[in-house]
Amino acid sequence: MSTRLSQGGRLIDRSAQQGFSFNGKRLKGYAGDTLASALLANDQMLMGRSFKYHRPRGVIASGAEEPNALMNLGAEGKFEPNARATTTPLFDGLEAASQNHFPSLEFDVGALNTHLSRFLPAGFYYKMFIHPRPFWKHIYEPFIRQSAGLGKAPKARDVDTYEHFYAFCDVLIIGGGIAGLQAAKVAADAGLEVMLVEQDPHWGGRAPVDGTGIDGKPAQDWIDTTVAALGDMPNVTLRARCMGAGVYDHGYVLCYERLTDHAPKAAGPRHRLWRVRAKQVVTATGAIERPLSFAGNDIPGVMLAGAVRDYVVNYGVSIGDRTVVVTNNDDAYRTAIALKEAGLEVPAIIDARTGGAGALGDQAKALGIRVETGKAIAKVKGGKRVTGVGICAQAGEGSILEEIACDCVTMSGGWSPVVHLWSHCGGKLIWDDALAMFRPDGDRAPTSHDGNPFVITAGAANGALSDVLADATAQAAEVVSRCGGKTDAAAPTEANTAENAIEPIWLMPQGAAHKLRSKSWLDFQNDVKVSDVQLAAQEGFESVEHAKRYTTLGMATDQGKTSNINGLAILSKELGVDIPQVGTTTFRPPYTPISMGAIAGEARHEIFQPLRKTPMHDWHDANGAHWEPVGHWRRPYCFLRGDETPEKAVHREVLNTREKLGLLDASTLGKIIVKGPDAGKFLDMMYTNMMSNLKPGRCRYGLMCSENGFLSDDGVVARISDDTWLCHTTSGGADRIHAHMEEWLQTEWWDWKVYTANVTEQYAQVAVVGPNARKVLEKLGGMDVSADALSFMGWADGTIGGFDVRVYRISFSGELSYEIAVPANQGRAFWDALLEAGEEFGVMPYGTEALHIMRAEKGFIMIGDETDGTVIPQDLNLHWAISKKKDDFLGKRAQMRSHMADPNRWKLVGLETTDGSVLPDGAYAVGEGTNANGQRNMIGRVTSTYHSPTLGKGIAMGLVHHGPDRMGEVLDFPRVDGTVVKAKIVDPVFYDKEGAKQNV
Amino acid sequence: MLILTCPNCGETKDESELHAHGEAHITRAGPEATDEEMETYLFERVNPKGVHFERWHCSYGCGKWFHAARCTNTLEVFGTYSAQTTEPPKEIIDILDKKRPGWSWRKFGGTAQ
Repeated sequence: MSTRLSQGGRLIDRSAQQGFSFNGKRLKGYAGDTLASALLANDQMLMGRSFKYHRPRGVIASGAEEPNALMNLGAEGKFEPNARATTTPLFDGLEAASQNHFPSLEFDVGALNTHLSRFLPAGFYYKMFIHPRPFWKHIYEPFIRQSAGLGKAPKARDVDTYEHFYAFCDVLIIGGGIAGLQAAKVAADAGLEVMLVEQDPHWGGRAPVDGTGIDGKPAQDWIDTTVAALGDMPNVTLRARCMGAGVYDHGYVLCYERLTDHAPKAAGPRHRLWRVRAKQVVTATGAIERPLSFAGNDIPGVMLAGAVRDYVVNYGVSIGDRTVVVTNNDDAYRTAIALKEAGLEVPAIIDARTGGAGALGDQAKALGIRVETGKAIAKVKGGKRVTGVGICAQAGEGSILEEIACDCVTMSGGWSPVVHLWSHCGGKLIWDDALAMFRPDGDRAPTSHDGNPFVITAGAANGALSDVLADATAQAAEVVSRCGGKTDAAAPTEANTAENAIEPIWLMPQGAAHKLRSKSWLDFQNDVKVSDVQLAAQEGFESVEHAKRYTTLGMATDQGKTSNINGLAILSKELGVDIPQVGTTTFRPPYTPISMGAIAGEARHEIFQPLRKTPMHDWHDANGAHWEPVGHWRRPYCFLRGDETPEKAVHREVLNTREKLGLLDASTLGKIIVKGPDAGKFLDMMYTNMMSNLKPGRCRYGLMCSENGFLSDDGVVARISDDTWLCHTTSGGADRIHAHMEEWLQTEWWDWKVYTANVTEQYAQVAVVGPNARKVLEKLGGMDVSADALSFMGWADGTIGGFDVRVYRISFSGELSYEIAVPANQGRAFWDALLEAGEEFGVMPYGTEALHIMRAEKGFIMIGDETDGTVIPQDLNLHWAISKKKDDFLGKRAQMRSHMADPNRWKLVGLETTDGSVLPDGAYAVGEGTNANGQRNMIGRVTSTYHSPTLGKGIAMGLVHHGPDRMGEVLDFPRVDGTVVKAKIVDPVFYDKEGAKQNV
Repeated sequence: MLILTCPNCGETKDESELHAHGEAHITRAGPEATDEEMETYLFERVNPKGVHFERWHCSYGCGKWFHAARCTNTLEVFGTYSAQTTEPPKEIIDILDKKRPGWSWRKFGGTAQ
């Protein structure tokens, strides 16, 4: 059983007990524990179930690479799935639950899959679920959906807060082990701005666990001195619990700081995402130990050698009383020695190398540990816990020579440098045969904007498993030089025990039969075994990227940190090529999963995006506004009175406007001033119609197209003076159209003398609409608004009720209408004055829906309803607004292309249901016959549809094949429920076709 | 995330403060263009691995357009220059001749060719 030792544990505080729960069970740990070390201290070795076979799994690692020990943490607004127990700091009150089991962790019915594993080989899902086809929808998919996924998705809104920080530095060093600390010291001493981040709460990495001596003292002394010195330097920023998550173009790095995961009651944000721009990046990210592939290597109690050493030294936790060590390198001997020194039994070290270890081997033997060289593990015995191992010759096929009883097996297949961050932005790797590892190729580093390398690796991450400080010093000196500085820093003396060479062992024993290979795990989380990768190779998945996807090797939440190298070694052997020829899969950020909250940062709720408000916004809000978003604006859809429904309110607003007087807050309409000697010429290019010949004092409705010919925006243009025009755009289009104008002015006609200015927010604009519109303006008084003084499509400056106004006599409703602009800061006062003066004339504000209905009754198109980016003005019968006199305008040539000039294009018509009902929005009209997919042929679609309060029936507009030639024809519009609405093709102008009402 | 210097305001900015708008030095086809010329103008774009000329907009900065010459493979930026030109300026050509001898892009190319 695993337990807490009576002594030891450099990271825990035995005076601070912490209560926590696992699957509802109350347990105790110490401050400084991780969830994994605390569970192990409570003999909770079983921590989860694997993804495919639901096999019992224990923790195998002690850090970020852990594939098995994934937990659901917390509850409700603090719930988080897939948290690694090894990187989850323990705190008092922590609630954890294991994942991927039913009905319980100890007894899981899905574990039946392990007995079916013969029938669930690599590519099983692809092979199985193809036939018969109908089974997919009703049997296979529901089954897969039921079994897929590890943790549960959170249901409640996240109650924590998150933030982003921006930082700039000369050198960002990722990894605060001794390599990172030394690199930081060298760079900082050279006067550079340095930021050093470390994912763990502690500095120094593995050195104190491995017993490294620096300058003749224990590593911890040097670490403490160096951290203190760096902390005192003004040019150094130190962040622990902060992981370098991703390295991106031109020295951009994301770091993920976990501020309160260890103290969830503390104030402040939970996570912080650092967005760092560094001139140089040093990745001092250490190395990850590889498992060995032998039968039963996934049974709880089989762990990585470094991890077992960590649990003993850092947390005072023993995994078992009797630990068998199996290795192909010297480093695992350190674990045997550490266990022995902690008073635990090590029945044997199984060293696959015939030559065995160097000085560490002698040390182990001196402690009385039995060392077997040239041997391997044939199989591990046990179910939910290791009970023993069978020993065989590594050179053989697995005949068991001896069985050794034990409750822990600790393995080491060598160390792989953590090259992820080096590789994110294109750093290349080389295979080092002597060290049996992929390590960064310093000659092919990621390059920055100036073409020079901006990432360098130091220490174990660079393949320097020993002489770490010498390597870190050399790499830091290179970085200092790249930053234009100078250093003559020397490396501290590092005491290293000489080690014998590693021997690459990818399968144990080397001739293992299929029965053993099919129990030898590579990817623990996704249940990929040696036999699966071999099958993939046999079936032709030769590319490592294909084999990965076929077998799912390395595709779990750990992204194959412990499995990828072993997997591609097996693949290379099966393909008969060298490992570097197989290559690696692509390393993508983030290094380990980061929270969605950290990515979102502060961009939540009301500050997700800025809200634009008109000067009258508060009045609307206080008077029943039923809001709708229009771009970043909020506009009243309608104004609710009492317990009115929106539908009733819209009905009332339309009728009141048509019969009496309506007010619309039109401030959101885009207003762009175009000014200069060439402004007329420019607008003739921007609009399909002629704007240069518009007379000052007059207005003209205009259309804008893209260079592809498609209708992009519309609005009324007023000529203010000889060289000045004011262009109205749609509410959502102001910024886009202003940018469009600027693009053409700056990049095509840069010699034209034209200025543009977007003055949308400088003015409040009110549409005063209805038969009583003139009366209310005359009552307020100040300027002549009679038909003679200000005729339809004219504009004039003046005063009304003491306000400086510009009055446009334009109408989007078909009624007598004045759109009146006032300086924005007078908008609310003007609105109030109109409401007060209009009371006797039956004034009522109306919203966007009434506006839409009234324009539809008049057959006016709306950008975004009648247009969708594929519609040209000709489709909408707007030929009258396309100048034939102009040589050129944006979109003119494109509109002559064959498909644009095709008479078979759908064209705009009005639609009137035969039963008076409202056509469903977006409904399609169907014609004779079917298309290649067996669907009914479509001959048109609804673009706008409303109930018209004025006419008392449903009205609509739509685009119909040969529409204008088919007046009076009745079309079928199927509804979603299968029933059909019949609608007659009619003129799109339903109301006052002659325009008599607006021109009075 | 790229960093580029806007030649109009002189500010060096993150890609997220700018906006990329595709290929530079496209000649507008006017009303007299043939269908083929129109198709080329509207739709045909190169997608080189290596030297490329692009249009950029200093959208969260000065609001002005500029051009960038950069390598799509290594992400090296050879330089940025005014959008108000129909061809890359000499100083950019010189840099490319030095850094990417024998380069070519559309109708432009290194003097070494």
